[in-house]
Amino acid sequence: MSVSTCPSRSALNRDEQHRDAQGLDAADRAIVLATQAGLPLVPDPWGAVGREVGMSGAEVLERMQAMQARGVVRRVAAVPNHYRLGYVANGMTVWDVDDAHVARLGREVAAIEGVSHCYRRPRHLPHWPYNLFAMLHGRSREEVERQAAVLCERLGEACRDHRILYSSRILKKTGLRLAGSRPGAAWTEPERRG
Amino acid sequence: MILDDLDGVDRRLINRLQDGLPLVTRPYAAVAEELGIAEGDLLYRLERLREGGLLSRFGPMYHAERLGGGLTLAALAVPEADFDRVSDAVNAFPEVAHNYRREHALNMWFVLATETPEAIDAAIAGIEAATGLRVFNMPKEEEFHVRLHLPV
Repeated sequence: MSVSTCPSRSALNRDEQHRDAQGLDAADRAIVLATQAGLPLVPDPWGAVGREVGMSGAEVLERMQAMQARGVVRRVAAVPNHYRLGYVANGMTVWDVDDAHVARLGREVAAIEGVSHCYRRPRHLPHWPYNLFAMLHGRSREEVERQAAVLCERLGEACRDHRILYSSRILKKTGLRLAGSRPGAAWTEPERRG
Repeated sequence: MILDDLDGVDRRLINRLQDGLPLVTRPYAAVAEELGIAEGDLLYRLERLREGGLLSRFGPMYHAERLGGGLTLAALAVPEADFDRVSDAVNAFPEVAHNYRREHALNMWFVLATETPEAIDAAIAGIEAATGLRVFNMPKEEEFHVRLHLPV
């Protein structure tokens, strides 16, 4: 991408810099836009990003560190393709847990090996009684079921019921992308599908 | 490229980089040193793993809500005979980031990501109009853990 066509470029006016509710300014957002497809695989990735957005590599690095400290960036990491790495059984386990204990138990369940994501979500009675979600990944359904049994034991009597919903088909997977025209811009589809 | 193509160094690299790159001046050199390989070797291997599809992505993982966007998980109970039509209708919405078929009466589960938190409701209304089905909206109320780590 040439610098002149980079849509974030116009937003990057230091004289008009202001931070939004998340504490991001236009320069931070330019970095987000330049890196959401991935970090360049070159010895100095910060410098490469900096050349794209018109700042020094040192400033890119400093801003990435600040965004990570604020939790805007969870981490800079490899995202594995579950299936290709042999994790063919991906179970969304859902639990109907006593509301009085769900916050404490959610934290405990989240710490169990194999749980990648763990959230409390609303019930939709009578169709959907489950309020705690934990994603499990295994090389077989048996492995996922063994992990689920560990969770079940930890939840104990506070858990009234649970299910494992396996994914049987990926219907769409585009990931989250921030569109480029302005600060606070839109989420949209990437060019490449995974 | 398949799992069997990986050697021990590839595996250690995948495991190490799921934990995150250190945010330092020469980050790849720092990880290469940890693993006892050359920086160039690491970059070559990482590119091959990404291009070969064993890694979906390598880069910053952003927290959607902290970037100011809206994010939710939603589900539909789709009649079997109508599944493909509904799938196409749902996937046509750019706000739908992921969509999975799952084994349950609620058999379609998708993540909606929008420009603002307020835009989620409009996306849901649009999907209900397009499919004729009720959307079960399940936004997260509390996050306990987000850290995918799959050892190889």
